[in-house]
Amino acid sequence: MLILENIALAFTALISNKMRSLLTMLGIIIGIGSVIAIVTVGNSLSNSISSSMQSMGANNIMVGLQQRETEEERTESGMAFRGPERYREPTEEDYFTDEMLSAYLENYSDEVKALSISDSLGQGQVTRGTAYANVSLIGVNACYFAGTDITMLTGNMLTPKALSGGKAVAMVSDYFVNNLFDGDQEEALGKEIEVLIGRDFYALTIIGVYEYQQTMMSFTSVKDTRTDIYVPLGYVQKKNHMFGKYSGFTVVTNSGVDSSSFMTSTKRFFDRWYHSNKDMTVSAFSLESMVSALTDMMDKVSIAISVIAGISLLVGGIGVMNIMMVSISERTREIGTRKALGATNGSIRLQFIVEAMVLCLVGGVFGILLGIGGGALGAKLLGYEASPTISSILISLLFSLAIGVFFGFYPANKAAQMNPIDALRYE
Amino acid sequence: MSDKVIIDMKDIVKRYFIGQPNELEVLHGIDLQVCEGEFVAIVGQSGSGKSTLMNMIGALDRPTEGEYTLNGVDMFAADDKDLSAIRCNEIGFVFQTYNLVARTSALKNVELPMLYAGKTRGNRRKRAIELLQMMDMEERMKHSPDELSGGQKQRVAIARAMANDPAIILADEPTGALDSATGRMIMDIFHRLNKEQGKTIILITHSPELAEETQRILTLKDGRITGERKGSGRRADP
Repeated sequence: MLILENIALAFTALISNKMRSLLTMLGIIIGIGSVIAIVTVGNSLSNSISSSMQSMGANNIMVGLQQRETEEERTESGMAFRGPERYREPTEEDYFTDEMLSAYLENYSDEVKALSISDSLGQGQVTRGTAYANVSLIGVNACYFAGTDITMLTGNMLTPKALSGGKAVAMVSDYFVNNLFDGDQEEALGKEIEVLIGRDFYALTIIGVYEYQQTMMSFTSVKDTRTDIYVPLGYVQKKNHMFGKYSGFTVVTNSGVDSSSFMTSTKRFFDRWYHSNKDMTVSAFSLESMVSALTDMMDKVSIAISVIAGISLLVGGIGVMNIMMVSISERTREIGTRKALGATNGSIRLQFIVEAMVLCLVGGVFGILLGIGGGALGAKLLGYEASPTISSILISLLFSLAIGVFFGFYPANKAAQMNPIDALRYE
Repeated sequence: MSDKVIIDMKDIVKRYFIGQPNELEVLHGIDLQVCEGEFVAIVGQSGSGKSTLMNMIGALDRPTEGEYTLNGVDMFAADDKDLSAIRCNEIGFVFQTYNLVARTSALKNVELPMLYAGKTRGNRRKRAIELLQMMDMEERMKHSPDELSGGQKQRVAIARAMANDPAIILADEPTGALDSATGRMIMDIFHRLNKEQGKTIILITHSPELAEETQRILTLKDGRITGERKGSGRRADP
């Protein structure tokens, strides 16, 4: 009952000093607001990461080649920084061969679901009248789509027959159709397009349209978004004059396989062919390991920003304490009067602690609103809707109340300890 | 007025700054008995120790030496909490400067002592309205102190002092800040409370005329009671 009266009293005091209260609350508002905003943006980021993980397959292991670090380089810096004069691309002699892959498949038939292989012909443009579309031309094998999450809208996927024959057929994205055929997918089917890459034209027949999935990486305008055109791997190898050689591939694992340990076994398996290779070594990584590294980094950034927010809350709390001291000395006579009317030290202490708590709580509520707004804005910029968790809001509210208690206690105690006579006589 | 002694002070001494070079003795052995229902005036010049004595009586401060029993309670044995309870239930204060709580309506001001006494919301409201009606203030009970005149403020303050139906009303220069007509009105209220409700009233005043209206007048000088005489006990007719 006394609590309710005190809350009402605290609001009266807060409203009668609007400007002062607002300035005092600013530290709390900024502190709580930034925490909530960071949590929201963090959620948005992890949403976007998990959705790109889904579309790319988190458990897939990507195997490729990378230049071996020489002894000299390792002692110099510990990291593989090297001058451009030393850099070397893997050449045909270094590539993985069919022989290696079939040995691998045989050895790990329980773990491996499919080997997805792709090879790019590069990036280019397709024009049709005045319309144009930016594309990457990617040759894929039969298992490529097992490792990705792709939805066909119209027409067919690349058939095994088309793939093995290396026919000049293509799957294009709905974005591509929007740009070149005004979105008429039926009309696009069976049409011949010419992709210009460098100085070479590649003539392809459209056999299917897939749904383009936006990733967090695409910040360009809709019209200029570069989408993939999938063609049979054999077609690309024919153009590159390279058969049975692969610069890299993706291992799609069966469910239940621990991708991080299988990644190590895979690397070790292929290492046997590269012991004698002076320049190249096998690299293997999974998206999961990348994502966990990214999440680790994000967590560190969040902690750093939270520390800054914490400092802001500390400063805000000190501001609250300061204003409570001012308020108490302004209201010394009131305190004396209340004591003369029978208020105990405890009830005076309670009154001022409640006042500090209400001040902090109102600041906290404003902060949460600001944080939700800021967080929503940040999430919108990242392209993934996210809202702050209920728990983060509750924790913020409790935390602001705790600040009120902590920083309100000293001034409130000072008020409670006042001698009633001195307080009554105070001018 | 009964024979029951409600305030019983024996040889009360009050010293400040005890043990320091500037130690100061303000009251030098006060003996004071006040009976229930009595209307007593304490007069004396500034610095005579009136206010100190009043703080002592009102349980705002403890005497350094002596014996003090208020309504049967030994004030030397009482701790801070007991003193708060005594101030809350046994004593109603009326100050020269009203000391109403700012930005708080007359009604809420009157409710305040009942809040500290732990009365329920409904009872507080009911009693506060009754008291303000008794003081002829029911029309202004929603007003905050800065919207009230001096006389109105003092009437709210008296209603507040009566809130927990205390045995004793301590009035420190209640008319000191008011013009004579308003002061007259306030004084009439004290007469009424004394006669109709049997309240023990201790009035501290500079005004010899007002003191004359009480039943007993004590003169305080340099921390000692130097004179005691009977008053008329009646309202002086103009």
